[in-house]
Amino acid sequence: MTLPDQPALDLDAALAATGIEAMLATLDEELVGLVPVKTRIREIAALLLVEKLRRDVGLTAGAPSLHMSFTGNPGTGKTTVAFRMAQILHGLGYSRKGHLVAVTRDDLVGQYIGHTAPKTKEVLKRAMGGVLFIDEAYFLYRPENERDYGQEAIEILLQVMENQREDLVVILAGYGDRMARFFESNPGMSSRVAHHIDFPDYTPDELHAIALLMLGRLDYRLSPDGDTALVEYIARRRERPSFANARSIRNALDRARLRQANRLYRQRGVPLTRDALMTIEAADIRASRVFDEPGGGEEETG
Amino acid sequence: MRLTQGTFSFLPDLTDDQIRAQVEHCLAQGWAISLEHTDDPHPRNTYWEMYGPPMFDLRDAAGVMTDVAAARSRFPDRYLKLNAFDSSHGVESIRLSFIINRPRHEPGMALVRQEAAGRAIRYTTRTYATDRPEGERYT
Repeated sequence: MTLPDQPALDLDAALAATGIEAMLATLDEELVGLVPVKTRIREIAALLLVEKLRRDVGLTAGAPSLHMSFTGNPGTGKTTVAFRMAQILHGLGYSRKGHLVAVTRDDLVGQYIGHTAPKTKEVLKRAMGGVLFIDEAYFLYRPENERDYGQEAIEILLQVMENQREDLVVILAGYGDRMARFFESNPGMSSRVAHHIDFPDYTPDELHAIALLMLGRLDYRLSPDGDTALVEYIARRRERPSFANARSIRNALDRARLRQANRLYRQRGVPLTRDALMTIEAADIRASRVFDEPGGGEEETG
Repeated sequence: MRLTQGTFSFLPDLTDDQIRAQVEHCLAQGWAISLEHTDDPHPRNTYWEMYGPPMFDLRDAAGVMTDVAAARSRFPDRYLKLNAFDSSHGVESIRLSFIINRPRHEPGMALVRQEAAGRAIRYTTRTYATDRPEGERYT
């Protein structure tokens, strides 16, 4: 059977109507690096848009499975991207409300027999119409304790993920290796998650760009010396065992702001300029413990 | 006899789509939805049993509709009502409440006359269903 001739469908118009391009553009702008992640999001967005068009012209379009898993090291932007994903799904009409409910094991699993099911169901009800983001999802499954209530939460989740696909999108997040083990031991979960997105670590250049972006948003800037100090800081901080990508950078900047404020406070009497209030000097960064101890020392206070 | 009470007592029973639309409205107002059930239809019976805790912080009607379906299959032969609670200061009360499930057969109520002292008559309503013990009333 051939379809009767129809006016060509306007993909551009459909695209413009969803506002998706603007959302993807802000994603590009506000998130440094993460090229593979952005590519996957674009692919998913394209698939969903085409599915939507297919449905509009009366072609078969089963509700696509949208459950995802985000894997990556700490501070690589999993939660931030999940928030964007919720907006994108909302823009494309695959999520009615487009809100994100972020939970961990404690929000889903109860303390005693009969506590888990109502708790999990309550969270699921709150997330309906939006996206449920389960951080460190592998904690739900504890193989060492066969009476662990986590299994019950997983079963309820699976049921809803399967039967109410149009009501709820579930995003599971966590470190790559542990998530892989979680999926291995829960094949039911693995087969219901359609999109696996891996978040790579940031390169030093990307971390530098992230730092500048964060400072810019807070109306701070670096002196030229401060900038060199920051580059050096990032190189040293990356070697530390507890390094958490963008989160470490944000913490470092918070501490630099603290030192800057202290420095300005000590210089009382000197007239203060707007410029001085905005500028972070090399000294504010070089005071970090990362510089004076070539290894060891307290990690998160460095 | 068809029992009527609550917000839409003058209308026929709402369809699922209409219930969903009402729930969406309630959630948009920030009201919390709860479900209650009973097998004692007397109008003065204000203490219905709760079906699960009230649902706070919902954004979409889907969660409520899931519970409505579950409550109906759990208690197909009981009265079930949906309440919307407004917690805002100065209101703190139920804003909207309507019946969403009823037994297939509703025997109704009898008017009982009691002849009191002199020629006085006292009236009371008695529900036929409550002649039988709880749990066996609509089987």
